[in-house]
Amino acid sequence: MVKIKVENVYKIFGTNIKPALKMVKEGATKSAILEKTGSAVGVVNASFEVYDKETLVIMGLSGSGKSTLLRCINRLFEPSSGKVTIDGVDVTSLSDEELRKFRQHKFGMVFQQFALFPNKTVLENAYFGLEIRKADKEECIERGLEALDMVGLKGWADYYPSQLSGGMQQRVGLARALAIDPDILLMDEAFSALDPLIRAEMQDELLSLEDKVKKTIVFITHDLNEALKIGDRIILMKDGKIVQIGTPEEILTNPATEYVEKFVENVDLTRVLTAKDVMVRGSSITYGKDGPKTALHTMKEKGISSIFVVDKSKNFKGIVAAENAKQAVERGEQDLSNIIDEIKDLRVLPESPLQEIMPVIADSKYPLVVVDDDNRLLGMIARGSVIAGLVERGGAQ
Amino acid sequence: MIIPKLPLDVAIDTFIDYTTQNFSFITKSISSVMEIGINTVNDALMFIPPLLLIILFVGLAWYFSTRGIAVFTTIGLLLIWNLGLWAASISTLTLVIIATFLSILAGIPLGILAALNNRARRVIMPILDFMQTMPAFVYLIPAIPFFGLGVVSAVFTTVVFSMPPAIRLTCLGIQQVPEQYIEAADSFGATKKQKLFQIQLPLATPTIMAGINQTIMLALSMVVIAAMIGAGGLGGEVWRAIQRLRPGMGFEAGIAVVIMAIILDRITQNIRKQSE
Repeated sequence: MVKIKVENVYKIFGTNIKPALKMVKEGATKSAILEKTGSAVGVVNASFEVYDKETLVIMGLSGSGKSTLLRCINRLFEPSSGKVTIDGVDVTSLSDEELRKFRQHKFGMVFQQFALFPNKTVLENAYFGLEIRKADKEECIERGLEALDMVGLKGWADYYPSQLSGGMQQRVGLARALAIDPDILLMDEAFSALDPLIRAEMQDELLSLEDKVKKTIVFITHDLNEALKIGDRIILMKDGKIVQIGTPEEILTNPATEYVEKFVENVDLTRVLTAKDVMVRGSSITYGKDGPKTALHTMKEKGISSIFVVDKSKNFKGIVAAENAKQAVERGEQDLSNIIDEIKDLRVLPESPLQEIMPVIADSKYPLVVVDDDNRLLGMIARGSVIAGLVERGGAQ
Repeated sequence: MIIPKLPLDVAIDTFIDYTTQNFSFITKSISSVMEIGINTVNDALMFIPPLLLIILFVGLAWYFSTRGIAVFTTIGLLLIWNLGLWAASISTLTLVIIATFLSILAGIPLGILAALNNRARRVIMPILDFMQTMPAFVYLIPAIPFFGLGVVSAVFTTVVFSMPPAIRLTCLGIQQVPEQYIEAADSFGATKKQKLFQIQLPLATPTIMAGINQTIMLALSMVVIAAMIGAGGLGGEVWRAIQRLRPGMGFEAGIAVVIMAIILDRITQNIRKQSE
C-alpha cells in the first residue's frame, strides 16, 4: 500500500522562482541557473512512493537535496512545483490551517541537531506535540512518560536537555516524535551528529522500535552503511536529482550509474553481507544411524578435520572432531554420544551480519554452523569462506 | 543667488500649535491623572522609613547580585541619606520606575510586532532611529504645551527617550531564536501564538532583560535632564547648583545619581543573567 506519493517535485530557493523553474525543466545546470536567475536549485523532478510501514532511506552527500526533499513532504519547505499525496490527501493543496492540523497528527520529525527546546525539561519536550494539539495536561504527562520509557529514558523526565549527552538528547528527540503516535516518522540525519558507537546503538534501537511500533519512516542520511542497515529501500540523490531507487541489495549489486558505483565502492561489506551470503554446504552424518567409524571415514574421504551431526529430521546436534572420532574407534564405541560437541556458541542465524560473525570465527577451532530458527542445518562458514565471500562480492561490484 | 530658507520651524510650530489647541484637553487630562499616579508612588516610597527602604534595596542586591554590590548599596544609600538628598533621590526613582514601566508596557509588544511582521519592522525601526538620535532636550520643548511644566512632561520625554532599547532588544531577542527551534515547532503544527509564548519569548528573555536594563539606565539619565522642565529630584538639585554656580552642591547630587545608576544597573543586569 502506498503511504506517501511524491510526484514531480521541484524546489527552487530564491525570489526568481518561475524563470528558474523553466530553466530546470529545460535541463539547465544548477550553476547556470544560479548565475542567470540568482535562484538555487534544491530538488529536481523527484518522484517516488513510500509504502506503508516501510523504512525508506534517502541518501546522498551534503548539498544533494535530500533534506530539502524531506521538508517538501511535510511542507516545511513549499515545493515550487509538483504534488505530494499522503493517504490520498493532496498535501500540496492544503491551506495553512489544514496543514497545521495535518502535521499535528501525521508527522513526527527528528532533527540532526536534535532541536530540543532548551527552556523545557525532557518531559516537556517529549509531550510538546501533544501540548500543541491542546491535549489535557494529564494525557500529555502520561504519554510523554510512556514515550520516554520507550526510548530508554525513564527517570530523566525532569532534567533539561543541556544536562544530557548527545545520544540521550536524540532519544528525547525521538520520544518527542513518537509521543504523538504519528503515522510517519521523518528523520533528518537523525544520527549523524552522534559518535559512531552511540550511532550504532541508536540504529539498533530504531530497528527494534520499528518492530514494536510499526511506522512509515523516511530517513535521511549521508552514510551508506547506515542506509544499508536501516533501509528497506534506498533512494540515492545527487545534485537534487534521484539517481537510483532500490533495495540495499539492488543498489549494491546493480548500481545504476557510475556515481552510485563510486558511492558503493567504499561500503564496508562486512556490514552488508550476512551469514547466508558466505556459507557453504557442510558435510554431515546422521546421529543414531552413523557411528564413529562412518564419521572418520567420511572425514578422510572429504579431507576435513571435523563433521556436523544432525538427527533424522535434519536438526543440528553438534560437531565431531576427527581425533575424537579416532579415539572413540580405538575404544570400540558404537555411537557418537561421548564425542559430540554441541558448539552452542558457534551457531549463527542466516541473517547475522558478517561483522558479528568474524570475531567469533577468529577465536574458534571449529567452523561456524548456520542454522535456521528451528535449528535445522543450513550450511557452514569456515575462515576461508568469509574471505572468499568478500572477494567474490567485491569483484562483482 | 540666495536660496530662501525653508520655513521648517514655522511648519512644525504651526503643527504643534494646532494640535495643542485642539487636542491638549486630552493630554492635559492624561497629565492630571498621571500626576496623581506619580504622586501616589512618590508618597508611598517616602512613607517607608529610609532605613527600611535601604534594607530592602540591600536585600535585593544581595539576592540578585554579589555581596560586594550589597555592601556598595548599603554605603551608597546611607551616603545619599546623609547628604540630605533622600527626598530628591526618591522623586527621581519614582520617575524612573514609572517611565520604565510605561516604556516596557509599550516597548515589548512593539518589539514583538516588529520581530514577527516585516512591514511593521520597516515602519518602527526608522522611528526608533529618529527617537534615539534627536537631541533629548528638543523633546522637552513640545512636552510643555501638551502636559504642562512638571513631572508628567518629564515622564513623557523620558519614555520617548528610553523606550527604543526595549523595542529593539525584544525584536532582536525574538529574531535571534535559532531557526531550528522554530522549524521543530512548525513540524509539530504549532500556531504563531504557541510558538511565541512557548519558544520565542522564553528564549528571548535574556535579551529582553538586557533591553529593560538599558531602558532603566536611559530613563535615569533623561530624568535628570528633565529637571529643566521642572521634574525636580536629583536633576533639580544639579540644576539649582548650576544656577548658583556651586560645584560642590552639583557634585553631591551628581554622585547620588551615579550611586543610583550603579545599584539599578547591577541588580537588573543580574536578573537578566539569572534568566539565561
